[in-house]
Amino acid sequence: MKKLNGIKLSHRKNTENCATVDFPLPAKIRIPMSMCMGAPCQPLVKIGDEVKVGQKIADSEAAFSAPIHSGVSGKVTAITDYQTAMGAVCKMIEIESDGLQTVSDEVKPPVISDKESFIKAVRESGVCGLGGAGFPTHIKLNPKTPIDTLVINAAECEPYITADYREMMECPDDIIGGINLVKSILGIKSAKLEANKPEAIKNFTEMAQNDDTIDIVTLPSSYPQGAEKVIIYNTTGRIVKEGELPSDEGVIVLNVSTCAFIYRYSQTGMPLVTRRLTVDGNAVGEPNNIRAVIGTSFREILEFCKTDLDSMKKLIAGGPMMGMSVPDIDMPVVKTSNALLAAKNFDERRTSACIRCGRCVRVCPLGLMPAEIDKAYRIRDIEDLKALKVLLCMNCGSCTYVCPANRKLAETNQLAKMLIPRK
Amino acid sequence: MNKLIVSPSPHDENYTKTTGIMLNVILALLPAWLAACYIFGLRVIPLTAVCISSCVIFEYLCRKLMKRDNTITDLSAVVTGLILAMNLPVTLPYWMAVIGSFTAIVIVKQLFGGLGQNFANPAITARIVLMVSFPAAMTKWELPFGEKVDAVSAATPLRLEGMSDEQLISIGQSMPSYKDLFLGTTGGCLGETCALALLIGGLYLAFRRIISLAAPVSFIGSLALLTWISGGDPLYHILAGGVFLGAFFMATDYATTPITEKGKVVFGLGCGIITFVIRHFGSYPEGVSFSILLMNVLTPYIEQLTRTKVFGAKGAEKA
Repeated sequence: MKKLNGIKLSHRKNTENCATVDFPLPAKIRIPMSMCMGAPCQPLVKIGDEVKVGQKIADSEAAFSAPIHSGVSGKVTAITDYQTAMGAVCKMIEIESDGLQTVSDEVKPPVISDKESFIKAVRESGVCGLGGAGFPTHIKLNPKTPIDTLVINAAECEPYITADYREMMECPDDIIGGINLVKSILGIKSAKLEANKPEAIKNFTEMAQNDDTIDIVTLPSSYPQGAEKVIIYNTTGRIVKEGELPSDEGVIVLNVSTCAFIYRYSQTGMPLVTRRLTVDGNAVGEPNNIRAVIGTSFREILEFCKTDLDSMKKLIAGGPMMGMSVPDIDMPVVKTSNALLAAKNFDERRTSACIRCGRCVRVCPLGLMPAEIDKAYRIRDIEDLKALKVLLCMNCGSCTYVCPANRKLAETNQLAKMLIPRK
Repeated sequence: MNKLIVSPSPHDENYTKTTGIMLNVILALLPAWLAACYIFGLRVIPLTAVCISSCVIFEYLCRKLMKRDNTITDLSAVVTGLILAMNLPVTLPYWMAVIGSFTAIVIVKQLFGGLGQNFANPAITARIVLMVSFPAAMTKWELPFGEKVDAVSAATPLRLEGMSDEQLISIGQSMPSYKDLFLGTTGGCLGETCALALLIGGLYLAFRRIISLAAPVSFIGSLALLTWISGGDPLYHILAGGVFLGAFFMATDYATTPITEKGKVVFGLGCGIITFVIRHFGSYPEGVSFSILLMNVLTPYIEQLTRTKVFGAKGAEKA
């Protein structure tokens, strides 16, 4: 089996032994209506309404979307426009907490009897991919083609982030429970849990030793091991072809925290209103893993972790390789926020000419040729961009990372994609 | 609080930069250069200084004249100057070396757009231009350690190979042993004779993952194989002349060779075959420079045919 390219990054998993700390209840939460892939939600509440914990406050009629719930009990104080880090504009609901955390009557364990009720329950839970991409999970679990393998992605291949690792150390039963639930409902024969952290591997190997339908697969730590196509290939040997979904190859990939969440929801009925995130970076005084209510502002979390806000130059939501630069420190935690990294020093890199060293080609996990794409993009050669398969780029950033001339190759790939007319 | 910097991912970088790569190439060339100082004497030092400084000055003036960012700090002009010096006979007049630098930097490199844009290797092209323009000066070889010979000029090992014993006696030279060739104690350009030092430099670059060994191995391998098939002495042919300098330092030049491993193998094979053809059938005793230049010209085509296979791509669409 051909080995896919990858790069070695220093792990910097400084927080791997930091047990999750519950963040104190914020006085106010602000929840954007667009937190995962798909259509933005419409608010179901009005200004002045009383809401409770777990109450659904927004939903969309579109199937490709997930509803939103309140993480606090209190009063809706504002509904405003909000610009996400992606630049999209949506509504945002502001809720002032009454500090009581009264749980809504809506929160009760869902009745799951068959696939249909399961998919409906997963949608109602509001969950989307918690690894960062935010694909609505109920869509993923409802493919048109038969599935024979479930892959649980615990690679967490970005430096710094340990949120998934803490899930594995703190809630292993929920993960196994989630695997069994998804497996039994969807009739999947085998599940593979990918892990590359020794302690987690040891735990799960013990837990799964009497279950021959669950394999614990150990993969070398390389970046981007956790990319969907990469992990499918490395665990099952299957190649998800251009334009295909993993389900076309009979595979579903779930992030390990998503999997555990689905199990907890099936037991308690508490929708996705909190999430764990790693707070780290050299401007952070006390790096930690935090469980915060969705809608808590980044500023409060950074202050809680003793961040030197005065010297902070860059704030990243997510990992250093694929995370998003945050323009405003008052932005809220959303469903996909798996990390918050605050950097003290960040020098804008000066781009120089491509010396054609080929490093980008050597590291691209998909075998793309970023240097050639860069060249074709500069002269707007759309036919060549198509032939170079730029549309397959998943923006893992490896090419930019290794480029000795500091060329922003991954960014160019995304710009090049836009030149190609969509069918 | 500072304004937050917003930029596209990734937000991290590794620390191998263009200047660092060039510095490593210079470092890798040092053993062969020091060997040259030892073998051919101290004139190596001013000759190299002339080449490097004129290359850097031409680069600076060119960029200034074209109103472009100045790029002399990336050290690529230093590398070009150093490689050019290593491609010259130690006796070459300095003004000719300056013409070589002009050809390399102004004509071959900057007129085509500067670093990474040149289609031919600057040092090789400069060597060929000098060889065609000043054939006598460019083939005025000196023997190691200033030994005197009867002939006007000493002959390189490749020229000696075709000679009969009487001819050898008449010019007062003997066939070099493998040891002479390996240690570089023979006639030739100042940087090309010491195979050992070049090998050390080449392996260092490969170890640092600055170059891939694909092109050098296929170049040297194919030349040895063809020489052996034709009844020649393969070891003699790869150690004599500019094969090691060409294979490790010029057939691995980033800008003028294919980017993929497959392409690099094709490039190396082509160099090996052309070198063999020139040496075996041609009237020039040496063919390394021409073979690399010819393959430089073919590089865009090799590149088109050796693109990587994209993971999961459906049906290769032709551009």
